[in-house]
Amino acid sequence: MSLRNHQSLRANMTGYAFISPFIVGFLAFTLIPMFISLYLSFTSYNLFTPPKWIGLGNFEKMFTSDPKYWNSIRVTFTYVLVGVPLRLIFALFVAMILNTKSRMVGTYRTMYYLPSIIGGSVAVSIMWRNIFSNDGIVNSLLSALGATPVKWFGDPNASLTMLITLSVWQFGSSMLIFLAGLKNISVEMYEASSVDGASPVRKFFSITLPLLSPIILFNLIMQTISAFMTFVPAYVISKGEGGPMDGTMLHSLYLFRQAFMFSNMGYAAAMAWVMLIMIAILTAILFLTSKYWVFYETEKGR
Amino acid sequence: MAWKTFKWPIYHILVAALALLMLYPVFWMLFSSFKESRTIFVTASSLFPTEWIWQNYVTGWKGTSGYNFGTYILNSLTIVVIATIGAVISSSLIAFGFARLKFKGRNIWFALMMMTLMLPGDVVLVPQYIIFTKLGWVNTILPLVVPSFFGMPFFIFLMVQFIRTIPAELDEAATIDGCGKFRLYFRIILPLLKSSLATAAIFSFYWKWEDLLGPVLYLNSPEKYTVSIALKMFLDSESASNWGGMFAMSILSLVPVIAVFFAFQKQIVQGMSTSGLKG
Repeated sequence: MSLRNHQSLRANMTGYAFISPFIVGFLAFTLIPMFISLYLSFTSYNLFTPPKWIGLGNFEKMFTSDPKYWNSIRVTFTYVLVGVPLRLIFALFVAMILNTKSRMVGTYRTMYYLPSIIGGSVAVSIMWRNIFSNDGIVNSLLSALGATPVKWFGDPNASLTMLITLSVWQFGSSMLIFLAGLKNISVEMYEASSVDGASPVRKFFSITLPLLSPIILFNLIMQTISAFMTFVPAYVISKGEGGPMDGTMLHSLYLFRQAFMFSNMGYAAAMAWVMLIMIAILTAILFLTSKYWVFYETEKGR
Repeated sequence: MAWKTFKWPIYHILVAALALLMLYPVFWMLFSSFKESRTIFVTASSLFPTEWIWQNYVTGWKGTSGYNFGTYILNSLTIVVIATIGAVISSSLIAFGFARLKFKGRNIWFALMMMTLMLPGDVVLVPQYIIFTKLGWVNTILPLVVPSFFGMPFFIFLMVQFIRTIPAELDEAATIDGCGKFRLYFRIILPLLKSSLATAAIFSFYWKWEDLLGPVLYLNSPEKYTVSIALKMFLDSESASNWGGMFAMSILSLVPVIAVFFAFQKQIVQGMSTSGLKG
């Protein structure tokens, strides 16, 4: 063996030594579990008796004879398709009003980000449940304004609305990423367009949005994936039941119930795979269409 | 011009008002924790309690399943500390490998790592549960801490990004001086990586402290419960309607989270702005 080969072998071994924890973890906690999950999705398995191969049985049941599954898909898509855009619009709005040189901006940023930092906790879900309870503050406010109080836990649409408001309230991390992006847009751009007599609205649509589009894409993808996986608020707010009338039965919660309350491990695995495929398709669509709406400075600038 | 004079005061009033509106629910919970249980909803629209009831913190502390919150806090802390140490050490080693070492297949492994970053957790939820059950790890903290020792993709990505900003000349100089790769990692890169390590530790703290699904799946005897499960149990035993106690403990569970936030604001905001992958 030549000296050179020997050296590169050594370099490779050192490299693999450093990343070996990742490789082991990836195999043990991701890749092998994914294969197990794929196998289980074609079986009926309750954890106690060996898995029984049923072919496409789970998928057939899912698509033809489980209205609760379809409901969970509908609820989840509503949650994602309404919640994520609202959250991002709000995040961008706040980022824009905070993109000034005022000395108070640091304090404001902290105040607006705080809900997101505590957002994942059980405490906040409990709080949200109580704010929207029949005699909670939201209803007191509604009656004070002369509107009829809403039975947030009696109407499936109302309870989904409540979940969506909770997700919008936690807009902070997207806001910070937008803020970082806004700071990168050079002031000269805006000044030049002012000289040309552009209105603020015009500036927003022809400078801010295009230059921010890579960050919008990033936020959109990450937020969409995490929204599809939302579990804790639905679990806590509905006390694990997904009620009323399955109005808060998000996909993750339904999967959790199928797997761990009814011991339908095979069915839950099949659900997870269908969801993975749906998310992958959605992400692919976002990526593929992005070339029509995402603007990269380096491509056009020179 | 009149508008110029009024612009900033109006700006500050509007922005501060919106911020307070955002934080109102938190304040409401805080003050409700001092209200008498029966009056929390009757007086839902008024923020401040008429009478300050500190007793809620005493009754809440007792918990609902025979163990008090001291136990739950200790359990949560144990998990958080072990998992965080594991995540920070392993992720920094892996990140050094990806960012500084050349080896065959590096790009493929890095791409795989970025893919796991985007992989929805539900796909591995069931098989992981089965694996941990077969290993006999249920009702121990092992399923909640062991995976952290194999690197967290989010932290690895964060650290790789950071290490790439460290000039390569440092490595070369150290190598010429006869420094091996591990010494290079340990002596040169790791000390420079401090801020990234801190960011990772803070996020790890948040995720583990707030985690509910993991403890719900893997812990089933009350003496092992974490703060998250204990709070959830309060809600389940609503018949007792110890609202005051539940709010008091909810507030208590947020104290460490908020304290860490204020202590490391800058770090957190920077970590978020430069990578920002948290929900």
